[in-house]
Amino acid sequence: MAAEGLRFPSRILTISKNAFREAVRDRILYNLILFVLLITASAVFLGELSAGQEARVIVNLGLSSTLIFGAFISIFVGVSLVWKEIEKRTVYSIFSKPVGRGEFIVGKYLGLCGTLFVNVAVMGVGVSLALLYVQGGSLVLQIWPTVALIFLELTILTAVAIMFSSFSTPALSALLTFFIFVIGHFSSSLRDLAQQMGSATARVVFDAIYYILPNLSHFSFITESSNGMTPPPAMIGGSLLYALIYDVILLTITVVIFNRRNFK
Amino acid sequence: MEYAVEIKNLSKDYETGFLKKTKVRALDDLTLNVRPGQIFGFLGGNGAGKTTTIKTLMRLQFPTAGSAKILGCDISDVQMHTRIGYCPENPYFYDYLTARELMDYFGELFGYDKATRKTKGEELLTVVGIEEKDWKRQLRKYSKGMLQRVGLAQSLINDPEIVFMDEPMSGLDPVGRREIRELIAGLREKGVTVFMSTHILSDIEALCDEVAILRNGKLAASGTLNELLAKDEAHRMLEIAVQGVAADAIREQIEFVAGATVVVAPNGAIIQILDESDIDAVLAVTRTAGGNLISIQPVKQSLEELFVKETKD
Repeated sequence: MAAEGLRFPSRILTISKNAFREAVRDRILYNLILFVLLITASAVFLGELSAGQEARVIVNLGLSSTLIFGAFISIFVGVSLVWKEIEKRTVYSIFSKPVGRGEFIVGKYLGLCGTLFVNVAVMGVGVSLALLYVQGGSLVLQIWPTVALIFLELTILTAVAIMFSSFSTPALSALLTFFIFVIGHFSSSLRDLAQQMGSATARVVFDAIYYILPNLSHFSFITESSNGMTPPPAMIGGSLLYALIYDVILLTITVVIFNRRNFK
Repeated sequence: MEYAVEIKNLSKDYETGFLKKTKVRALDDLTLNVRPGQIFGFLGGNGAGKTTTIKTLMRLQFPTAGSAKILGCDISDVQMHTRIGYCPENPYFYDYLTARELMDYFGELFGYDKATRKTKGEELLTVVGIEEKDWKRQLRKYSKGMLQRVGLAQSLINDPEIVFMDEPMSGLDPVGRREIRELIAGLREKGVTVFMSTHILSDIEALCDEVAILRNGKLAASGTLNELLAKDEAHRMLEIAVQGVAADAIREQIEFVAGATVVVAPNGAIIQILDESDIDAVLAVTRTAGGNLISIQPVKQSLEELFVKETKD
């Protein structure tokens, strides 16, 4: 008797588990070793250079590294996530099974988000341990909301990368995603600058950039964290909602594009 | 009767070029029906449209025009894929997985529990000839022939009612081909429909109940092998083999039989005639000349001849 097939959410889970396994087997998480070396070296040597400021520097350096390492994974793994499946023709076997194209995209996306979650969490633990080492224990709990914001930012970046890769080459997709990452952090400042300049065209352009592209400054709290501040709950809630809405919109666009693709 | 596969006026155009796009028709108004429970051979030269047809049926490509149904369901029906299997040409899989993990992954997509996935996976890997010691090796270390076998195994993980195989013998050695041929014949015995494209004509002759031949994206011929091989008027001839008489000795006397030809054969001659009613007259001539009858048989064109004829422009 033929199989009945998995129900919709289970298929997504199965695909995401495999995408996570792919990232692990492709040694993506090896970046953690580099991170651990960096943070250990910081903990050991920075104390001597910055009297009394070790904890602050470790938070700043550690969380910035978490964001940069995560952004690299989001961009470079994200752009090849779907493209590789098409190039290597592994999609042929997948789509001959009862798997919808939307389920495939969402499954792959969640798999990479799972990888990023583990990556960010382990880095958060690394920063916490380094803080304990330099007697900065008071900051240990305060960094975690900021770590969560970094993860939310990376989910958006991953969705951007997958969206570009659904119609473009990996190199171009990586470049475009990197631009979005940079502009996303400065769109708010650029908009303020345009308002002050007074040029109507500049205002329209930077308003458009501000509203259309993801505003990643919503998720920036690293400097404040290093000064012992914690993001207010409203900021975390707002950022979570913003990331969710943005992720859903980007994935919907990706699925619409992917649904029309012919695999030659 | 509900066909296992129903293809109606299916066409597929590809666009080529970057700035100035031109359309290339890969599949042209193809109409085809496959009866359930048979092995259906899909033939054609390179670029004839075989893989395009199978990819369209597997919803990897969208048709430009026309429609197709598998097991009575439209090809866009995702749930229908619980009842079918597909072994792509030169199958590519996640090379970071082992054969066992791949079977488990695909089994999970069909909703099987862990124990069933394990049993089915191991059973199918054994059936296609992957040794147990290789089950835990990553697929990146597999040879082309082994990947082909894994491709066949994964296409059967859900006990499909119909299996689509694109060049299933590709990359296999003669022993492997024979094993897979037996496997495919075994599927027919279980009532599974097999839709198979291949270039290997001996496999078609050994396995297929019906065949279709594509040429430039169009259906050039279809039917049972016997129908197709006997279709050509020129190949409805009878061949009379005689011994004890030279071809030259009887050639002139047989001229009165319309369309008859006499050729030299070891120890005798072979006479080809178009009409069965001429047999007695030919035999009378040869007996008079001192010859003995060895055999009378219909001339069948070979599948190779048919293939060459139907696929030639």
